Amino acid sequence: MDSIASYSLGFFNNDPSENTKVIARSLKNRILSGICIALSLLTMVPLISIIFLLLKKGLPLLGLNIFTELPPAAGMAGGGFGNAIIGTLAMVGIGLAISGPAGILSAIYINEYSPASRLAQAVRMVAKLLTGIPSIICGVFAFAVVVMATGTFSAYAGGLALAVLMLPTIILTSEQALMGVQSAYREAAYGLGATRFQAIARVVLPDAFPAIMTGVMLAVARAAGETAPLIFTALFSQFWAKSLNEPTASLSVLIYNFSTVPFPHQIAMAWTASLVLVAFVTLANITAQTIFSRRH
Amino acid sequence: MPAPQRDIISQSGYRAGPDLFKILCQGAALVTVLLLGWIIYEIVESAWPSIQKFGLDFITTSAWVPNRERFGVLPFIMGTLASSLLAILFAFPLGVSIAIFLSENFLSPSIRQTMRFVVEMLAAIPSVVYGLWGIFIIIPIVKAFGDWAVASLGGFPLFSGPAYGNSLLTASVVLAIMILPTITAISRNALAAVPKTLREGTYALGATRWEAIFSVILPTAAPGIVAATILGLGRAMGETMAVAMLIGNSSRLSWSVLSPSGTLAGLLANQFGEAQGLQVNSLMYAALILIAITLFVNLIGEAVLRHTQKATAGIR
Repeated sequence: MDSIASYSLGFFNNDPSENTKVIARSLKNRILSGICIALSLLTMVPLISIIFLLLKKGLPLLGLNIFTELPPAAGMAGGGFGNAIIGTLAMVGIGLAISGPAGILSAIYINEYSPASRLAQAVRMVAKLLTGIPSIICGVFAFAVVVMATGTFSAYAGGLALAVLMLPTIILTSEQALMGVQSAYREAAYGLGATRFQAIARVVLPDAFPAIMTGVMLAVARAAGETAPLIFTALFSQFWAKSLNEPTASLSVLIYNFSTVPFPHQIAMAWTASLVLVAFVTLANITAQTIFSRRH
Repeated sequence: MPAPQRDIISQSGYRAGPDLFKILCQGAALVTVLLLGWIIYEIVESAWPSIQKFGLDFITTSAWVPNRERFGVLPFIMGTLASSLLAILFAFPLGVSIAIFLSENFLSPSIRQTMRFVVEMLAAIPSVVYGLWGIFIIIPIVKAFGDWAVASLGGFPLFSGPAYGNSLLTASVVLAIMILPTITAISRNALAAVPKTLREGTYALGATRWEAIFSVILPTAAPGIVAATILGLGRAMGETMAVAMLIGNSSRLSWSVLSPSGTLAGLLANQFGEAQGLQVNSLMYAALILIAITLFVNLIGEAVLRHTQKATAGIR
């Protein structure tokens, strides 16, 4: 051991070639560290570029009328995207109304009732696989289930697509949240004579609530930014929505539609909509993080 | 002793009926499990006329002519594979570098924290915003690079001209940025899971930092990094909007990374809204192929990841 160490280190050796070897090794070490740091810092370039462009091209049109007016027709100036903001909120709301209860109840089953059962393992497996499914497939599913059955693009179809997208996130984060509740709490509840349901409703859920909300907010943030599930389920609309059963505008589809037209005003509006969307998604993410951190 | 206790409970009425809440939760769990099957069933059912008409020719032919009812998705399958593999080629070195950067102590914790935040922000930016950004920033850069490449490297089929802005290369560059957070997060977990004792042992033998990284830490974390790469590949294959906005959506097969191409997801995004009749069935068939490919890739990724976690669970 001793001889190997001294030989490879070269410090205890008076042979000059050994010393140059040490210098070479140390130099190689520094160069590799430099490359690693440089490659990592390179990642900041796209992010800074995106944020810079969002501000530079998005801010000029940002005003109150953006939130209250309808999208301009092709080639026209002025207008806003109030209907798209409402559409996005409505469809994320529908998605949450479906996936929230379903996801949290599934998580309660797989963590509180029978964690080792086949059903619980199947839920975990399916949730993992659903996170890996392309978001556009959620749209294809909603197209087949709602649009083909009712014969019209609608906020319901878009909402269902978003629900499928959000479900796995909510299940997996809620399961983690429930796992984080100390089992001593459950035992204390049982010790006081609580039933399973009382222990879950009065002790486990209140304790896990902030962490569950973190998961829900993360799912909301992701769903709000998605375009692919909405593009042929909710489609788009130039007008204020009168019902949930008609084509509905959304921020993300507006960005997509306006970014591919040859009119500068529409493209500028796509940037403003992007700025609003990124601000909303970031806000949702930050809310998610702070809710969680307040617990600890 | 337990028997009379149970009597007291039932007398006080607590367990009088079945646990309805449990049944509710079980129902929700069941719905979740059936959902994946339901998705696949609905898509297969809607795709059936096209599956019957074209069979496997759908996968091996390259004509997509809706008004003559000829459908084949070979170019889109090739485009999906090519764009995501190219994206992995760009994202892998960057992702692993950042993962090493985050798990080593080159720089102060606050800088590492900033770096983590940057990667998380990259994950939070919506796909369609990447698309818009790509149109304004990446397309001009790739076009300039393409003109140069065609002039100087045009002999290689990969760089044969003419160079377009909306091309396979443009889509791959943006895809690489988009899948970077996936690769980084999972690789970082794998590196963090390498037992401290291994690292200390390597340093004790006189290794420099990078000798330790290359000879011990990376090999130990390798399965996790492989899983990260496979899961990143799965994400790249399913990514839709940014690709649809940047790749040019061409159904022409080409060797050149500088010419327009198309992906399965992009095909769905572009055509579903206005599709009629057999075109809808064929798009459903294409969706089915996309599900099959991504599920296959993700299953392998998850299996490698689980195997890794099992393999390193014992060492501490």
